[in-house]
Amino acid sequence: MKKILLALSVVAALAGCSSAVPLNEPPVSDARPTQVNPNTAIASAGANPNNVATRQVEPVKLDNSSDNIAGPNGVGRVVYFDYDSFTIRPDFQTLIESHARYIKGASNRKVVIEGNTDERGGREYNLALGQKRSEAVRRALGLLGVADSQVEAVSFGKEKPAETGASEDSFAKNRRAEIAYR
Amino acid sequence: MTQRNNLLEVTSANIPRRLLVAGLAAAPFSAALAQFRVEVSGVGLTQLPIAVAPFKGDLQSPQKIGAIVQADLERSGQFRAVDASGPQLDETTRPDLALWRQRAADSLVTGSITRLADGRFDVRFRLWDVVRGQDLGGQSYPVTQGDLRLAAHRIADFIYEKLTGDKGVFSTRIAYVTKAGTRYNLWVADADGENAQSALASPEPIISPSWAPNGNQLAYVSFESRKPVVYVHNVATGQRRLIANFRGSNSAPAWAPDGRTLAVTLSRDGGSQLYTIDANGGEPKRLTQSGSIDTEPFYSPNGRNIYFVSDRGGAPQIYRMPATGGNVERVTFTGGYNISPSISPDGRWLAYISRINGAFKLQVMELASQSVTSITDTTADENPSFAPNGRLIVYATQQQGREALMTTTLDGKIKARLAGQGGDIREPDWGPFLKQ
Repeated sequence: MKKILLALSVVAALAGCSSAVPLNEPPVSDARPTQVNPNTAIASAGANPNNVATRQVEPVKLDNSSDNIAGPNGVGRVVYFDYDSFTIRPDFQTLIESHARYIKGASNRKVVIEGNTDERGGREYNLALGQKRSEAVRRALGLLGVADSQVEAVSFGKEKPAETGASEDSFAKNRRAEIAYR
Repeated sequence: MTQRNNLLEVTSANIPRRLLVAGLAAAPFSAALAQFRVEVSGVGLTQLPIAVAPFKGDLQSPQKIGAIVQADLERSGQFRAVDASGPQLDETTRPDLALWRQRAADSLVTGSITRLADGRFDVRFRLWDVVRGQDLGGQSYPVTQGDLRLAAHRIADFIYEKLTGDKGVFSTRIAYVTKAGTRYNLWVADADGENAQSALASPEPIISPSWAPNGNQLAYVSFESRKPVVYVHNVATGQRRLIANFRGSNSAPAWAPDGRTLAVTLSRDGGSQLYTIDANGGEPKRLTQSGSIDTEPFYSPNGRNIYFVSDRGGAPQIYRMPATGGNVERVTFTGGYNISPSISPDGRWLAYISRINGAFKLQVMELASQSVTSITDTTADENPSFAPNGRLIVYATQQQGREALMTTTLDGKIKARLAGQGGDIREPDWGPFLKQ
């Protein structure tokens, strides 16, 4: 009997809050809530199938992602963009040409171009703007003969600023596409 | 006991509302009240005056049920709290209604909380119509300690529905993201921001959580694989599946109201374009064919249309098209930067963010008349999401340089800052009603 009672109380505990019971009886001044019979409460809990387990949240745990492997020696990996611009400035043409040569010479290497924006504006819209920047770099590499299959253009939007800060200088450092070798 | 007296003094109806709120926030004994603040602005508010008597047994209870119920009702903007001090009442007492009429309360809530022999708590309440002298009913909730707040929210839902005719949203859930240092967390919390549980902790950003219509799953964008991909995550089990992990970026998940399809933004064919994808995964179907950015889809509640953001006119504006793609109509015409559309559950209102003189402001448009109202004083508003009863909007903003989550009524007159974890807090999404 004790075992059954224990089992019932476990069920009731799982059933949790969902077991709302209308208080139909009119209020009586001498009725005291301390006299509530736990068995009655258990029965009403069992009658309501919704259980607290659906409100439980089980977290996922992640490891740190692996780091980039460097590309061509002595060549920068970051292309900066002007405000509201998605075209590659002439001063970055040499950098892109160096990477194009390196990628063409290593046909087993994969490259990910990561587009970024400054912090102003919505997260999703900035993700799309960052995508325009990474795709501009991918196209420039493609024009130099890099196989499309070696290059993936993705965006981090405004989520991974190179510099935090709301100055024009920080903004300029965040409007960028990074060339990442994997 | 002295603390209880403090509360009773502070909640005196004679004290101006702002002071009252500050007083409650300063009270050291109640974490619930310490973490949120209701701001009232504007005049001509019609609010139902309600007295929530301290629940019998609240002092011994780990959660102050009466205070949580009152805070819920106040945050809704539909209620004004009336001084409830006096002799101890509970759900079995027949109160002296003349006294409550004198205090100008239209309604009175009484109740009790009792520890049961098995360690659970029995939370009981009764709602009185003070004006008509009627008992409007009561409930009993036998709950574990972890569900005490939920019991209080269910009580607030009962009262809200009885007195306003609309369903209450206090027992619904909100998802949001925090960033603390370099750690990102996706949280599932009660609608008041309390009782948050982590669904995902990651060293990489998480954005755009979106509740499935059944309230059991969240879709979101995670950067954990060093690119944005879309997961669908069962919050009760922690199990999740990749729903969009195509070449390029995958983002902006939005559930169709039937829960069987999601609209997403993919760049797999070049540029950010809209696609639909089966909720169980599979091959996406392309919806838009533009050389522009098309993103941030949001289904109309009847499932027939998708609202979205596009820069096809040269700057981001909100557009609408049939859910299967095709004829695109422009929806926003004021200003040069309008993003993040969200449609009210009745299909009547569009909430979105507009850049106005360099500030990002929450706007509410009545779709039928296209009349637009700006409803905040802040300048970095983001990501509005309607409560499932359509009466409140939750959004992210910045206050004193820190990210904050706020709720507001659609007219902007009642705002409350939600409780949250430490660090920056953002990307709220209000979940649906849950079956009880």
